[in-house]
Amino acid sequence: MRVDASGVTYCDGSGIAFLLDLLHEGSRQGSQVTITNLAPRFAELLGQFDHACLDDALPAPAAARLGPVAEFGRALLQLGGDLKYQGIYVRRVVLCLLYELRRPSLVRWKEVLGVAQQMGVNGLPVVTLIAFLMGVVLAYQSAVPMRQFGAEIFVANLIGLSLLRELAPLMTAIVLAGRTGAAFAAEIGTMEVNEEIDALITMALDPLRFLVVPRVIATMLVTPLLTIYAGMVGLIGGGLVMLTFDIPLVTYYKQIISVVSIGDFVGGLFKSVVFAFLVATVGCLRGLQTQGGPRAVGQATTRAVVSAIVLIVVFDGLFAVAFNLLRI
Amino acid sequence: MKSADAIIEVENLTVGYVRDGEEAVLLQDISFKVLRGEVFAILGGSGSGKSTLLKHMIGLLKPMAGRIAIDGDDIVAARGVQRREIMRKFGVMYQMGALFGSMSTLENVRLPLEEFTDFDDEAIDLIARTKLYLVGLSDAVHRAPAELSGGMQKRAAIARAMALDPAIVFLDEPSAGLDPITSAELDRLIVRLARTLGITFVVVTHELPSIFAIAHRVIMLDQRTHGIIATGAPAELRDHNSDPWVHRFFNREPEEVAP
Repeated sequence: MRVDASGVTYCDGSGIAFLLDLLHEGSRQGSQVTITNLAPRFAELLGQFDHACLDDALPAPAAARLGPVAEFGRALLQLGGDLKYQGIYVRRVVLCLLYELRRPSLVRWKEVLGVAQQMGVNGLPVVTLIAFLMGVVLAYQSAVPMRQFGAEIFVANLIGLSLLRELAPLMTAIVLAGRTGAAFAAEIGTMEVNEEIDALITMALDPLRFLVVPRVIATMLVTPLLTIYAGMVGLIGGGLVMLTFDIPLVTYYKQIISVVSIGDFVGGLFKSVVFAFLVATVGCLRGLQTQGGPRAVGQATTRAVVSAIVLIVVFDGLFAVAFNLLRI
Repeated sequence: MKSADAIIEVENLTVGYVRDGEEAVLLQDISFKVLRGEVFAILGGSGSGKSTLLKHMIGLLKPMAGRIAIDGDDIVAARGVQRREIMRKFGVMYQMGALFGSMSTLENVRLPLEEFTDFDDEAIDLIARTKLYLVGLSDAVHRAPAELSGGMQKRAAIARAMALDPAIVFLDEPSAGLDPITSAELDRLIVRLARTLGITFVVVTHELPSIFAIAHRVIMLDQRTHGIIATGAPAELRDHNSDPWVHRFFNREPEEVAP
């Protein structure tokens, strides 16, 4: 077969691929294909290719996917490995934290204060909004059905106990997971990608002491304060709703005081401290585990938030059981 | 035991990585020495293992086998405090500088001094400013790294690497991303620092002009043999080495593409 290419005035990469395919097809079928009168500039381009390269074997197919049982086992092994690594990491963080707290001069207080300001002061608006709305929604959702039984006064009990013992610590921690934990992961992940963590290591500086411990201390100091604030704001939100149900604020306040004990309040604060530790350590861990480019930083941020929220919920459940057993 | 004139000794080093559960060897059983006070370059094509070798020499990665002695102490076998002591014998300039973005240029250089010396604040400030002056950044002390150009960031990173007056400074691709003029300025800086301060420089690069400008000796890594294909002075390798690949590298001749 002879192909007269004299009319070809334009030929791009796709055009060359077409011509190559012609030559290859001819060769495959045992006939000779010649392309004539192709413009010199296109011929030079075509001349760089050997149509026989189209005979190259296709890449070997990807290994067959494991069956569901094997896949589950592999995922379980991976989870086990991850948990083991996290356990070692948390142990190192705790030891480093205790070591530095016994020697306050070693703590990078400037870093602690900077982080505390960023997460605490700058986090007030979002915590205020969420806590207030939480109180409002809780009050409305419970007051409407309770009114049927003339028991709307007991909404104050529900709001007081729920907020101070459970919801304020939980929601504050979840907000911080999304805001602060993600920020830690992104910041440290970016440092990892930019080789700043390697620079710390080769300067014989421990990234845990330098980066993680200040963030953990700041978070554990600020979170209880934010939790108390969130509780108060939530109670105010609930109180304003109760006004619409003709419950005066004084009555609302006295009802709360009568049912909420110091144990509820302290229990809520204790949980907030533990949640703060979880958010900060997991956020920093995901940052340190970042490998790759900008996409990996995004993945680390997502993992930090998800991991923190899962841990918060799990530990909240454990606390519920523990407090019940201890009759707190 | 320290050699009389070798400050770094790499012995029977095998390095690689794990991919899909299988080990892949990058460099097999290589040995070489870096002499005290020289500028030593590690060359090779893309994927030959230059940066990986550097990371092993500075203790960021653990080799499959072999020994790396930094001024007599094996960094591979060392642990804990001993390992950190060895790391203080050298400074590292990373490819993109790796300056800490939350600190100013001066604070970056001050950091090692604050952590590892008993000097007072004034002394630390003086030493840090001197280091920045040496690299030509006396006007940029209070600028954040993001406000510096690429060349200035690398200079600042060199100043930080020299903060504790180490005997060795490792440079990972110092000319990467720089224009020819800035690259030449950086080369002159390295030569000047080596001459005046007696620092041993180990440079990972594939920039030919830099190699000829700064290196006393080079080793060339080869991806095909996973080893060292040539050792010697740059001019010697360019003019007298018989290996065709070495010749092509130094004469910038691309490999023939199959017709």
